[in-house]
Amino acid sequence: MERKKTFIEDLDRGFYDIKNKDIYSYKADKGLTKEIILNISKEKNDPEWMRDFRLKSLEIYNNMELPTWGPSLDELDMDNIVTYVKPNTQMKGNWNEVPEDIKDTFEKLGIPKAERESLAGVGAQYDSEVVYHSIKEELVKQGIVYTDMETALREYEDIVKEYFMKLVPPNDHKFVALHGAVWSGGSFVYVPEGVDVEIPLQSYFRLNSPGAGQFEHTLIIVEKGARLHFIEGCSAPKYNVTNLHAGCVELYVKEGATLRYSTIENWSRNMLNLNTKRAVVEKNGTIEWVSGSFGSKISMLYPMSILKGEGAKAEFTGITFAGKGQHLDTGAKVVHAAPYTSSAINTKSISKSGGVAIYRGAVKITPNAHHTKASVSCESLMLDDISRSDTLPVLDILNDEVDIGHEAKIGRISDEAIFYLMSRGISEEEAKAMIVRGFAEPIAKELPLEYAVEMNNLINLELEGSIG
Amino acid sequence: MGDRLLDIKDIHVEADGTEILKGLNLSVNKGEVHVIMGPNGAGKSTLVNVIMGHPKYKITSGDIIFENEKINDLKTDERAKKGIFLSFQTPEEVPGITVEGLLRSSRTSITGKPIKLMAFRKELKEKLEILQFDESYASRYLNVGFSGGEKKKNEIIQMMMINPKLAILDETDSGLDVDAVKIVSKGVNKFKNENNAIVIITHNSKILEDLKPDFVHVILKGKVVKTGDASLIDEINNNGFAEFKEAALS
Repeated sequence: MERKKTFIEDLDRGFYDIKNKDIYSYKADKGLTKEIILNISKEKNDPEWMRDFRLKSLEIYNNMELPTWGPSLDELDMDNIVTYVKPNTQMKGNWNEVPEDIKDTFEKLGIPKAERESLAGVGAQYDSEVVYHSIKEELVKQGIVYTDMETALREYEDIVKEYFMKLVPPNDHKFVALHGAVWSGGSFVYVPEGVDVEIPLQSYFRLNSPGAGQFEHTLIIVEKGARLHFIEGCSAPKYNVTNLHAGCVELYVKEGATLRYSTIENWSRNMLNLNTKRAVVEKNGTIEWVSGSFGSKISMLYPMSILKGEGAKAEFTGITFAGKGQHLDTGAKVVHAAPYTSSAINTKSISKSGGVAIYRGAVKITPNAHHTKASVSCESLMLDDISRSDTLPVLDILNDEVDIGHEAKIGRISDEAIFYLMSRGISEEEAKAMIVRGFAEPIAKELPLEYAVEMNNLINLELEGSIG
Repeated sequence: MGDRLLDIKDIHVEADGTEILKGLNLSVNKGEVHVIMGPNGAGKSTLVNVIMGHPKYKITSGDIIFENEKINDLKTDERAKKGIFLSFQTPEEVPGITVEGLLRSSRTSITGKPIKLMAFRKELKEKLEILQFDESYASRYLNVGFSGGEKKKNEIIQMMMINPKLAILDETDSGLDVDAVKIVSKGVNKFKNENNAIVIITHNSKILEDLKPDFVHVILKGKVVKTGDASLIDEINNNGFAEFKEAALS
């Protein structure tokens, strides 16, 4: 039976690809020099210690090598990246005051609608600065702080100074050093002791400017016995020049506290996504990561949980979908640094049309961390013969009294399963999409609903017309 | 007997370069129950897979006619839409797709209309009861963690929900205990009427006690070598396939 094959070169990403005119009130020169850093710092009215921190980070950056493992970053030319683009607006607390074109972008991304329906607070960053932030009045009364990093730096300087880049220091790797030098925007959340934030907060990061970098910093502190769900979404329109995202997320989960951190990343496919995320969890605290990586050209993303206190827990649930021209190197790291700690890593990856999806992860159990439990499960599904998947889990166990489970599966979409579904009257295209959605289902059900729907749409889009 | 449903005319089929069916003929009318027997490797499963349109099997000559239409080149889903159903010998496990989810997709696809959910659920519940399945099976992932017997019963539920014109049961009874065979037979009997037909491939006569076949075909080396009535089953049970071997060579 002869069947026609149709291929789509690149996805129509719909509203994600709508480009606004590149309007800004200040744009740094391309590249990275001391002068540029000083200008950014001046433009942002940094306190002196922050300006010095930026300069020190730049020095570290200049003295550090690119990572010698993972995807090639040869195409990254820092001399061509604009590290700071200030949108032509101040941050607003009232949605109506946000400039039309920017407002329109976020409307299309569904942000204000989500705020009305299911969120306790919303932040929206456009290029380098946060343009909108709001939080429900009740939460403010409970002492919860949710604002942009710039405001936090002014109004909660002591807290920022105590925590900022202490968990992820600039000398950790080259791109956090870069981040330390040029960071701008991002969210600051402080949840006081015992407060349970029942509905999620969400920050959305949009990079509109071509050839620019986004370096937002997210700092979340959840005090003793408190609870929070934070959602982060990222997207950008596609340009032919390389854009860079090197954000940094620092999460402090105190004794008995719980933080769920959900991310859906759908950067355009000219983006290098070199993001660093880390959580430190105190006694009996819990960090839950939910991570969906769909966009970008290259991603290197390995959220890390440091289980510092007895009985601390980490859960990581992630899905990565690499299509044509994408190399997504993602995973998770856990350090068990105290007794009775437990962690579970659960990842799925899908690759098609030559995409590369690699799971890279590490679990380390220190000598004193007795009675710890760790499980790692990674599954990959390759949809054709030209795509690639691999799993690179590292287990470093320096203790005998541990309970470790590890499972890795790499497979192809089963022809027999497709035939089975087709024999029930379902088209080949839909059968494939059903199988892929079924594969992703355990992860999808962890995602916030609108993102789970978006993921299914994306899977359908990816599979449409590409079936042989 | 009713109208002609399926006509297989001198079909030659190969898989991976080896010819498996070598000029096979078979005709099925509405209202009939056909049984296909034959030793392992005779081509029974190839026959049912080729009727369903499995891409692995290639028709080199001959025709499959379903309701007066040649379906040689139709895709599997198009054949299903025309009313052909296959109960698989070893149904695939498909994680993440529930039994109900599959049946809903199937129904929407086949009818081209949205489902009336309440009525659909009621119907499904009835079928589950006939097969003595707990309702919770509807929300389980397709065949994942099902026992051999549960998988086969699940096939029959799908058959009853899809309600095809031609149901092909590929060793649906194998691996089932006596009670399970009874339950499956009950389901098949409920389904059977004068407007549809059933083709059963089996090694055992247990299931045939309840299903009353009209025709029994013996397949050997890719051909039907003998067609008879139900009495042929006893003959095979007593003497095996040895006496047909000569016919296969002719």
